[in-house]
Amino acid sequence: MYSASDLKKGLKIEIDGSPWVITEFDFCKPGKGTALYRCRMKNMITGVGMEHTYRPTDKIEQPNIEEREMYYSYFDGHHYVFSDPNTYEEMSVSAETLGNQIYFLLEDSLCNFVLYNGEPIEITLPTFIEKEIVETEPGVRGDTATNVTKPAKIDNGYEIQVPLFINQGDIVKIDTRTGTYAERVSKK
Amino acid sequence: MRALRNFFYQHKFIEVETPVMIPAPAPEENIESVTAERGFLRTSPELAMKVLLADGVQRMFQMGPAFRHNEFGRKHREEFTILEYYAVNWDYMQLADFTTRMIAEAFKSVTGSSVTEYRGKLLDLSQVEYITVEEAYRKYADADCFELAPEKFDELMVLKVEPQLGNGKLTVLKDYPVEYAALSRRSAKDTRVAERWEIYACGIELGNAFGELTDPAEQRRRFALANEVRRRNSMRSYPEPGEFYSALERGIPESSGCAIGVDRLVMLLCGADDIADVRA
Repeated sequence: MYSASDLKKGLKIEIDGSPWVITEFDFCKPGKGTALYRCRMKNMITGVGMEHTYRPTDKIEQPNIEEREMYYSYFDGHHYVFSDPNTYEEMSVSAETLGNQIYFLLEDSLCNFVLYNGEPIEITLPTFIEKEIVETEPGVRGDTATNVTKPAKIDNGYEIQVPLFINQGDIVKIDTRTGTYAERVSKK
Repeated sequence: MRALRNFFYQHKFIEVETPVMIPAPAPEENIESVTAERGFLRTSPELAMKVLLADGVQRMFQMGPAFRHNEFGRKHREEFTILEYYAVNWDYMQLADFTTRMIAEAFKSVTGSSVTEYRGKLLDLSQVEYITVEEAYRKYADADCFELAPEKFDELMVLKVEPQLGNGKLTVLKDYPVEYAALSRRSAKDTRVAERWEIYACGIELGNAFGELTDPAEQRRRFALANEVRRRNSMRSYPEPGEFYSALERGIPESSGCAIGVDRLVMLLCGADDIADVRA
């Protein structure tokens, strides 16, 4: 249990069986009066926001949240399987939980897991990954402007926007947080 | 700070210093003190300065650190700078007039004008509005302040009333229901209220003042009541403030006193939204 004086920005709490993270926090108190703890928070699963004001005597549930690092191992045909680097314990994650991130999973890459009651609710991949462009219109030589883009596909079919000078076979860096092109690593 | 001190010197106040580490803080329902190795850090210099009142000091001020446990937010720090002052034979409203002029003067001597802009809002510190707590709750919270439970009173204060105070000018919110009298005396004119006011600018509480309670029996009764509430809320119990009680018995003269949060005054002056910006 947390008490109201533990509340602060970034604290994770549990309300009615869902985990919430406090995004904004203010302590208000008339000099001689009782304190109010005003919180704006975000549901860690749905992303929905809400406001709540706590009083000094309020008790707040502590969510069972754990963070750990896992390696991505393989796709078993239904689930994406990760393994713990120390215990080799495996964990299967559905495509739904991973969303677009399935396109950026590289074997043996170390990912950060946030688990709520043992279930992954947030998985953070390495920020940048390198992928080969397998399909795009031929590059325009000498055009190094990056503000004009064209579509390109990586090996698993995911399409990103790249600058005109990128050619098929080039290796590019992709930002996994946004799923967008970051820079060219090497030319074919 | 120099501007504030000058104003006191001009009005024949002497500067005093009382201990920061004290054996017994005033028991207050909603203020917790920070523990020192041998005693407590003062939450305000109030009790010590009242001992000086009983000793015959007529007008005095003190500027220095005060500490309140677990108070941390955009307008709160556990350690803050308090400006506290007392004047014998001054009525609490006389002290309000003095205080508003002091704030306006201090701004004027620093910025050259008593008009300032705080976070996009114009504030003319030479203009003062007086409003009773009863009126403010009726107007801004649509509530009767005499009917409210204490928790509700404080909640409406923060959410509804305070944001409306000090808009464009200083607001003196006065005459608190006797339940919120703290160390102020009951008004002779209206027995439902106490001689207490707070001063606001741009929704920020700058200070609190009392027509001081000088009746020893009534004071002991109030502390006993506060201690009872503290026990119920499982807050610490403090040793008895012996020196203060004996000062009361000797006789504290009729007086008024006020405490100002200096950090918040500086926030106003600098346009800071967070007290962090004005403290080292």
